[in-house]
Amino acid sequence: MPETCIYIARSSAIAARALAGEMMVMNSADSTFFTLNEVATTIFQAADGHTPLRDIVRDHVCEQFDVDPEQAQADAEQFVAELSGHGILLVSSQPLASETP
Amino acid sequence: MSLMSEVGQKAFNLGVPLAVHMDVTYRCNERCVHCYLDHDDHGEMTTAEIKDVLDQLAEAGVFFITFSGGEVLLRRDFFEIVEYARRLMFNVKIKTNAVMIHEEEARRIRELGVDTIQISVYSHRPEVHDAITKLPHSFERTVKAIRFLREQGLRVTIANVLMTVNSSDHSGVQALAAELGVQYTLDPTITPMMDGDMSVLSLRIPGEELTEIFRNPALVGNQEEFCAPPKPPSEEDLEGYSCSAGHSFCYISPYGDVFPCVQFPLPTGNIRQQKFFDIWNFSPQMNEVRSIKAKDLTVCSSCSHVGSCSRCPGLAYMEGSMRGPSTADCEKSFYRTGIATANMLRQGLSKPRTMASNTASLIQIRPIAVPA
Repeated sequence: MPETCIYIARSSAIAARALAGEMMVMNSADSTFFTLNEVATTIFQAADGHTPLRDIVRDHVCEQFDVDPEQAQADAEQFVAELSGHGILLVSSQPLASETP
Repeated sequence: MSLMSEVGQKAFNLGVPLAVHMDVTYRCNERCVHCYLDHDDHGEMTTAEIKDVLDQLAEAGVFFITFSGGEVLLRRDFFEIVEYARRLMFNVKIKTNAVMIHEEEARRIRELGVDTIQISVYSHRPEVHDAITKLPHSFERTVKAIRFLREQGLRVTIANVLMTVNSSDHSGVQALAAELGVQYTLDPTITPMMDGDMSVLSLRIPGEELTEIFRNPALVGNQEEFCAPPKPPSEEDLEGYSCSAGHSFCYISPYGDVFPCVQFPLPTGNIRQQKFFDIWNFSPQMNEVRSIKAKDLTVCSSCSHVGSCSRCPGLAYMEGSMRGPSTADCEKSFYRTGIATANMLRQGLSKPRTMASNTASLIQIRPIAVPA
């Protein structure tokens, strides 16, 4: 069975800014506020809608951090599911156009 | 401590300007009786200048930006500015009187992902609100706009400035806010006018009426806690700072002047002459503001209220010294707890002087002259 590709993009409803290596993210729709650790920040910043999640993990996360690739992929999928549930990330099996206000 | 408080403390400790208040114009379509602004345009920043400032603020780490005025929608490029700010991923808040917001504007604000819209409402009685704004039918237009914004699912806060002419209306405005499904905030602060005219201070509600407000649980929450006598100041209190002004917050005027706060008219530089980064990091005035700890305050360091007072260093500066007391806050501390402040005791006062009789000379925000 072929592996499903996941594409992720940042929602246009969010505000985000890096503070000392961590990303602050706020969803204006419900004012939920998050801070992302360095690994999560790397995924968030690479969420351009065109790059598959597995490529983001391979080319960014595994390149920059000393992590097990399989574990990193599993953690990334969990992280993406969580942020998508809060409307921070958009997830699709097809490439996504980046949302801009 | 909430996550937001933790982040605020982190920015404070690192000296990152987490939040900026930017007035994009001082022009206004209302003429509120208590307003401190000069509404003439003395050379507002252009669209390109504001976009450049926003680029610099994003680079500096600013996350929260509040656009205010004057009336922001008098700028024809206002939505272009907000759109640019949102592309830079700022959290955007807008302060407006809302009289120019109709269905189309409300929809645009929602599309742009604006976080909150704060709207001034002075009374639930149209005739009182309109008499304060001096704009006929402004109450009707403002309330209609709030309904348009709510229909778009936007978060709205009604800001209720209290003064002598509307001091009995806060319950009515609170009920109106509840009916409209919006937040309510009350502010009894009246600021002297930019040209130094203090006549507007006569609109400040008498201190005795503050007592009633401070004992109203609907306004202050846990009244017992809010009005509790001050605890003896701790070492931590004395090593602490007054507020975030100049530490993680600043104000930018429509002319590019940078101040520690909208209520702290100490000029620190102009963005048309210097980069924001240089003003924020190297302005001697900004660095002086952020060097002042509670233990350095001339009168307040010995005051029993020092750990709990809302002392505003900007209002203190307007009274003559950023290290001195702010009489308006002394008054609030006294009427909140019934305990005299050090500032009152040194003057032999058993209760604060009324603000109308406060003759301290005041310094106000004025445009900094920019060479042609």
